[in-house]
Amino acid sequence: MNTSLMFLEILVALAGLGILVGDLWTPDKHKKKLGYGAAAFLGILFLISFQVQVGNVKYAFGGMYILDSLAIFFKRVFLLAGGVVMLMAVEFTPKIKRGVSEFYALLLFALAGMMIAASAYDFSLLFVTLELITITFYILASYLRSETASLEAGVKYLILGALSSAVLVFGIALLFGSTSALSFLEITETLGQSSGSLASNPLAIAGAVLVFAGLAFKLAIFPFQFWAPDVYQGAPSPVTAFLAVGSKAAGMVLVLRVLFQALPSITLNWSAFLATLAIFTILYGNLAAIPQKNLKRMLGYSSIAQAGYLMMGIVAMSSAGASAILFYLVGYAVTVLSAFLTLTLCVNAIGSSEIKSLSGLMDRSPLLASTMILAMVSLAGIPPLVGFFGKFMLIQSVVESAPAGWGCLVVAAIIGVVASLYYYLGVVRAIIWDKSPNTELEKIQISTPSQALLYAGIFMMIYLGFFQNQVVEAAQNAASVFNF
Amino acid sequence: MSVLTTIIMLPLIGALTLLFVPSRHKTVVRMIACSVTFLSMLLAALTFFEFNASDGAGYRNEQITPWVESLGIQYHVGVDGINIALMLMAAVVGYSATLVAKSITTRSKEFHVLLLIMIGGVLGAFASLDLFFFYFFHELALIPTFIMIGFWGRGENRNYITFKVTLYLSLGALIALVGLVMLYVKAGAGSFDIVEITKAVQANPISLADQNMIFPLLLFGFGILVSLWPFHTWAPMGYGAAPTATAMVHAGALKKFGLYGLIRIALPILPDAAAYWAHIIAWLCLGNLLYCGWVAMRQKNLNLVIGNSSVAHMGFVFLGISSLSLIGVTGAITVMVAHGFLAALTFGLTGYLADRGKSLELDQMGGILKSMPAIGSFLVLALMAGCGLPGFANFVGEAMVLFGSWSSFSMITIFGVWAGLVIGAVYMLRALRRALHGPLASNYEGVADASGIGAKAPYLILIVFLTLFGVFPRMLTDKISPAVESSLDLMKSTTSLTVAEKLNTDSADQTSEAPLAAESNSRGNLAESPQLESTQG
Repeated sequence: MNTSLMFLEILVALAGLGILVGDLWTPDKHKKKLGYGAAAFLGILFLISFQVQVGNVKYAFGGMYILDSLAIFFKRVFLLAGGVVMLMAVEFTPKIKRGVSEFYALLLFALAGMMIAASAYDFSLLFVTLELITITFYILASYLRSETASLEAGVKYLILGALSSAVLVFGIALLFGSTSALSFLEITETLGQSSGSLASNPLAIAGAVLVFAGLAFKLAIFPFQFWAPDVYQGAPSPVTAFLAVGSKAAGMVLVLRVLFQALPSITLNWSAFLATLAIFTILYGNLAAIPQKNLKRMLGYSSIAQAGYLMMGIVAMSSAGASAILFYLVGYAVTVLSAFLTLTLCVNAIGSSEIKSLSGLMDRSPLLASTMILAMVSLAGIPPLVGFFGKFMLIQSVVESAPAGWGCLVVAAIIGVVASLYYYLGVVRAIIWDKSPNTELEKIQISTPSQALLYAGIFMMIYLGFFQNQVVEAAQNAASVFNF
Repeated sequence: MSVLTTIIMLPLIGALTLLFVPSRHKTVVRMIACSVTFLSMLLAALTFFEFNASDGAGYRNEQITPWVESLGIQYHVGVDGINIALMLMAAVVGYSATLVAKSITTRSKEFHVLLLIMIGGVLGAFASLDLFFFYFFHELALIPTFIMIGFWGRGENRNYITFKVTLYLSLGALIALVGLVMLYVKAGAGSFDIVEITKAVQANPISLADQNMIFPLLLFGFGILVSLWPFHTWAPMGYGAAPTATAMVHAGALKKFGLYGLIRIALPILPDAAAYWAHIIAWLCLGNLLYCGWVAMRQKNLNLVIGNSSVAHMGFVFLGISSLSLIGVTGAITVMVAHGFLAALTFGLTGYLADRGKSLELDQMGGILKSMPAIGSFLVLALMAGCGLPGFANFVGEAMVLFGSWSSFSMITIFGVWAGLVIGAVYMLRALRRALHGPLASNYEGVADASGIGAKAPYLILIVFLTLFGVFPRMLTDKISPAVESSLDLMKSTTSLTVAEKLNTDSADQTSEAPLAAESNSRGNLAESPQLESTQG
């Protein structure tokens, strides 16, 4: 038993329990401190995670749990996202009527689930971690019990999430039935051994498709994207941010591992199928986002579109594609977290997440306005911000490996980016030059930790846009676990 | 560190510095912005005049810094005859635009930050010898342009125009990006460095099928950026709505990016496709020359006349490129430089009038020369240069383009001459008469002229360069032509086709001579260079 490999996850889970216990002795007005403490703790864990040396791949629990460079890369992304989301949750605290500490604790449990997902190397562990993440999110999405939108978000996520879990389990069962194994290692061997006959077994293929469908739900890939806009809009902003960054990245690492480590003999000739899904995801997300008037809902559609861009890296089926995905996710995390932090602070001050209500923000808070503008431009993928380089790497990987249907995919990506400029820049327009209906505009006060975080977000979006080398190397190192 | 890096970084560092200056110190903001662009211009001018064409055709002032090595990206800048003149033009236009930006009163600090980013981006794009940075620097200007037109722009239709311009420009840029990435992949050099890609394709040319796939991507991608007909509709209205300084930098300098990309990248690296597509470019450029000239004739607004004429002038550059001959391409680059100064000058002058709240509708103008002698005479010079009067650099370039294209596309050249000399003269002279002569329009009573050297400086600088290169064109062409020659030599040596194949790919109107062969004829002409002598008058 190599339990020590899991020490990061264990510490996060313990912190969650610690908050639940500490809650008993904390008076109501000091509950925020628990959140600050948790955020600081996650920050320290993030720094510690860089001390974890991954020389060769290590396994625990009989090969169920793997610690390789890919796993540690994702754990860092999750810890970073978790820390920022925790600070957002603290800012959000006034809106939560009851159960503040439980809110923090649930976020930590979801985080622990994501971190284990990065290391899942067995279908049973995959299912357990996925449920840990998803069930926590059912509760988190409906946390604002007095608001129907939030309840609706929770119920919608519950019903569709349960459905997708069922599909996933069915797929796992079919795979188990045809290969009599659950471990990725054994499945790969079994599928590879029988000279491809098992890999073309309809039962195994159906299993692979169903497992992919179950995971595609987490990523909000077409045609499993219906939940995203409603849940994004209704859920509390910190939860939406965590859903957008954490849940999506967790889904991505599982998709990568399943497609390229567990079932490569089946999925490596799926590129036309995956390219079709990617095309529809990109077009649907971008075109449906155009008429949106609510910023959170628009970001929900935009997250569908971003999942489509991420799919380009999968379609490429190359290590360049995989490292492009990883770089893109880092840039996406930095950008989306900045956007949602700004959104949370704006909603606190303005009381609405309509795009229209952002008008005059430039006068009310230049810091919030500039962060939002940069985040939108980065999501659109325009230099010199980090979002551009991710898209650049994705396009490059697709052109380089030229899989079936890549021409259509690239055309769809171009249409998608141009269409997305319209709605992202619509937000910029609202902030900079649309006239505000109400004339009395107060300055928005921002707490010091949030201010620091906003500056850090701005800095990271620009810094990573100019100096990509370190993250690219880390991503390439992490993507080297796949054999193409 | 190369002097080019300093030229590029000065405006960008200026922009960064401005962020830390409180907005109420407007004079400090102006001083910083003007001094960085002035230094940048000074260095560019020094580099230009130090540039010795007799040292050969290679790159000077090179700097190579590894950036993302695993992806083959490096920061690589350098100048040869092709881009040194463009660098100078961009830096001069940048300084002049910064001087003009004085008229911005609301949120002037933010405007200057965006303007400096834009100028830095233009300079960087022209200096870059790495495909990634070439694209990256150009795109730096996209969002500043969007915000500047949207917030400080003119006209009621501003919102629509802002989005139209931005979407058009990003569409063009993305198409070109896909072309550039494909170029990187197919060249197989494992590097985005233009020099290394050129070397790689010389040893191992890209197959004709791939070339024919990449070239249209570059042509139409860059074409949209340059307002190649029929993708030009964003340009006139965009320049009409943009604030003066933005229109100057965009129409003057930034727009030349796409043309520069075609000359620097598409011709030497994709020679066979270039020969194949030359006819199509030549026919499309007629759209610019004739159709847009015609549209300009019908305009009732001075800014739209100038905007359309600026689109029409791009036709000359495309015609020069499509001739694939030494004199034609050299002429194309000369037109690019000259038009840069000219477009900045005209938009600067119309902006001067518009910024004073005056209508630019031609029927509400008149007698400006009487009440504003300085601005009026500058406008006369600009409009005259616009219809290709000898003595201005535009004439030199346009004449060379027409000489160069005659042997390849004589029919199109005839239309080009018609468009340039007749149609151009009609709308320019008509605009001149309506706006400048006659009784003073009531609308323009009491508008102050540019008084003092400070107010005249931005226009004078541009006029000086326009006439300097018009009277001494060899200052430009002697630097440009060796670089173009080596680029065309490269093109010839890179071609993967036999003569028979080439004839097959050429369309019927080229019966015996492929454009490449035609090019050697016109090179012979240049040696005697009767045309060049004649332009020095």
